[in-house]
Amino acid sequence: MVNLIINDKAVKAEKGEMLLAVIRRMGIDIPALCQHEAVEPTGNCRLCMVEITKKDWDGWKRCVTSCLYPVEEGLIVETHNPKLHDIRRTLFDLQLANCPNSEVIQKIAAEYGVYKTSFEVQPDGDNCIMCYACTRICEILGKSAISATQRGHNKVIAPPFGEEPPDCIGCLACAHICPTFHITWHDEGGVRVIWNKKFELLTCRQCGKKTITRDFAEYLVEKRNIPRDYFDTCDDCKRQETARKFGSVVIAAGEASL
Amino acid sequence: MFLDSIDKLSAWQKDCRKKSEAHKVKVQICLGPGCLAAGADLILKEFEKVFKKHKIKDVPLESIKKTGCHGFCSRGPLVVIEPKGIFYGKVKAADVAEIVEKTLINGEIVERLLYTDPDNNKTYTDWKEIPFYARQTRISLRNVGQIDPDNIEDYIARGGYAALAKVLKSMTSSQVIDEVTKSGLRGRGGAGFSTGKKWATAAKAEDTPHYVICNGDEGDPGAFMDRCIMEGDPHSVLEGMIICAFAVGSQQGFIYVREEYPLAVVNLQKAIEIAREHGLLGENIMGSGLSFDIKISRGGGAFVCGESSALMRSVAGEIGEPRAKYIRSVLKGLYDKPTVLNNVETFATIPVIMDKGAAWFSAIGTKRSTGTKAFSLAGKVRNTGLIEVPMGTSLREIIYDIGGGILDNRKFKAVQTGGPSGGCLPENKLDLPVDFDTLTENGSMMGSGGMIVMDDRTCMVDVARYFLNFLVEESCGKCVPCREGLFQLHKLCEKVCAGKAFEEDLKLMEDLSRVIVTASLCGLGQSGPNPFLSTIMYFREEYLAHIKDKKCPGGVCRDLISYVINDDCNGCMACLRVCPVNAISGSKKQKHVIDQVLCDRCGSCYAVCNFEAIDIV
Repeated sequence: MVNLIINDKAVKAEKGEMLLAVIRRMGIDIPALCQHEAVEPTGNCRLCMVEITKKDWDGWKRCVTSCLYPVEEGLIVETHNPKLHDIRRTLFDLQLANCPNSEVIQKIAAEYGVYKTSFEVQPDGDNCIMCYACTRICEILGKSAISATQRGHNKVIAPPFGEEPPDCIGCLACAHICPTFHITWHDEGGVRVIWNKKFELLTCRQCGKKTITRDFAEYLVEKRNIPRDYFDTCDDCKRQETARKFGSVVIAAGEASL
Repeated sequence: MFLDSIDKLSAWQKDCRKKSEAHKVKVQICLGPGCLAAGADLILKEFEKVFKKHKIKDVPLESIKKTGCHGFCSRGPLVVIEPKGIFYGKVKAADVAEIVEKTLINGEIVERLLYTDPDNNKTYTDWKEIPFYARQTRISLRNVGQIDPDNIEDYIARGGYAALAKVLKSMTSSQVIDEVTKSGLRGRGGAGFSTGKKWATAAKAEDTPHYVICNGDEGDPGAFMDRCIMEGDPHSVLEGMIICAFAVGSQQGFIYVREEYPLAVVNLQKAIEIAREHGLLGENIMGSGLSFDIKISRGGGAFVCGESSALMRSVAGEIGEPRAKYIRSVLKGLYDKPTVLNNVETFATIPVIMDKGAAWFSAIGTKRSTGTKAFSLAGKVRNTGLIEVPMGTSLREIIYDIGGGILDNRKFKAVQTGGPSGGCLPENKLDLPVDFDTLTENGSMMGSGGMIVMDDRTCMVDVARYFLNFLVEESCGKCVPCREGLFQLHKLCEKVCAGKAFEEDLKLMEDLSRVIVTASLCGLGQSGPNPFLSTIMYFREEYLAHIKDKKCPGGVCRDLISYVINDDCNGCMACLRVCPVNAISGSKKQKHVIDQVLCDRCGSCYAVCNFEAIDIV
């Protein structure tokens, strides 16, 4: 165990834990847009910055991203002070200029008193805040179908060469993890389109509803050892089937006991 | 000669020296980047042609030496004839026959090619006496411009690999680290971290294997020190790396070079192969038991890949983006293993420290910044080129004594040190000693050693805008403050240049800069606002002139200036012909007039006028 002080309170933490986890556990609210428990932290959004010091640092303080900073014995952490507030406000201010239409950003920025950006609004600004959550989850799935390309302000998340991503399986992990709902898809007529790639959707044998993409099912069969016939029916029908089976067992047992 | 034991080196060195002394006269042709651009390859060809045609007594074809950068770029192409050190500048292919006939055959000097000091009209024959060279102390550049980089025997003859032999024969790895630590050597890449401490941490790291990487990703506009070392003296870098490998217990090294330095890649590759052939790299180096090899890793030329963690990711084949370094790369670097990353110049300095000792090295320079530092002197200075001076030398000495003062006798305005993310220092800082700490304290930084001199016709807001633009383009785009913050800072700077900014914008720029500095992930962002911060610190009145008076004092910002023809105009029509938008009218021998509505403010007329008849107002 490691002992540290966060906002004047003594806390214990597991060795190797990151500061942000400890701070959140204490019920302290600090914003973090690129952090997600499913993926490794990267420190892109900088919102979770905290100020740290130690007794023997002679008053020297340092701002670090808490999502990436491992707990240390004797660390003294401040999560809210004028300097950090200023940093967060400026970051929201910049994000508002970059993603003028994102409701998620507008809402959190308003919590910090930023309602209108001080900077030049990007007219072609989309909702992507370049948090890399999508590319990180895609990498965990072993696909890396999309990645961050270009540099600086021109950086975009895109499939290789901006073409249909050959490795994408249409699983929607990227779209579901996206904190600002930037990544979109649509299902129509048994076809799913995401990243400009078309996928065939499987049909439930019982109710005829569309389920997941064939490529995703193949992936699960191969990588997660799920039996192929598992994908013959949809989740709803599977649930009904389970209920039916369970019911008949109960009824049968009830009759026997009578 | 294959060196299977350390003792064989000294015999080889004797051989090499004998061979080198056998040619009494050496014709050294500088093939550094500056001279090459000015046509040095044509001169080389011409020399070879003349030598093949005529047999010259005592001067065989082998006396022609292709060297790396000799240093005095503004006088290039350079031809130096040793041992007398006769220094010919601005040589043309047509001059070669005369040089051969007069100097090589008759022993005379071709006066018109010599260097004349414009201040006192003194002419110099020997390059070592020219003030540009005489005031330098060359350690990392000791062989650059003096040897043929492809010929290991040249390097050996000048004492090359002797330091390695000394280390392998008589020192332990901790003695090597002690010596480097005692020398006070600080990393020449810019951050100035103690090299000895870095090595000591890596040597102690338990995880294996250990890697050694040489950072040759010199990306600052106007900097070419590392390039010249890699091109002109590759073996000194290899020797430094092998010594480091011995000290920290590494078997694999990498040199990260940008693809934009093709000659550096070729010369390093050749040097590595030659070193392997002679038993200086690979298994069991010089029979000492040390095994170490070096691979070249070519970068795509991203500025951010000079940052340690981005560089290591790039070497590993990933996207060149930095990571947070709360765990230092010396413990968890390339492939998450302990890694020593040093700059080209640092490695090139190591053999000299090993050879002459820490005490000798630390006696040069200042107490906290020991030794010498190489700079590429560029911009509006008379003598541009590659220089090396002891730490603590003042900016004035560098710019006026070595650099010869400002071009066209104009007034000095600022000097930018430390590359795009460095800072601009004004005239009252000219007497500052150049060392790591003083530059940082004054809002600039050492950086890798680029030095750009600016005269009174430079607009400091425009300079800030230019460098911010560079950083916006080179930001990797991973973290918000750097990607969005520098982008907006640059936009605001453009607004000032266009005369559309208000005083409140300066406050916004200062506040934004403060956040970018504290909140950015890597060094690029943390030092990114420096072009703005240092210019606003020393040249605030110029910003205010743009904002309040809508004037550009430097006469640069297009939206705030106009070109006007004065009464000195004699109607030569030169400007009229050159104007791309036909905004100038007037007939021959009559004063011309510029139509301010049509004028695009490109400055072509100003540049072409020989009579100072065009004013910028």
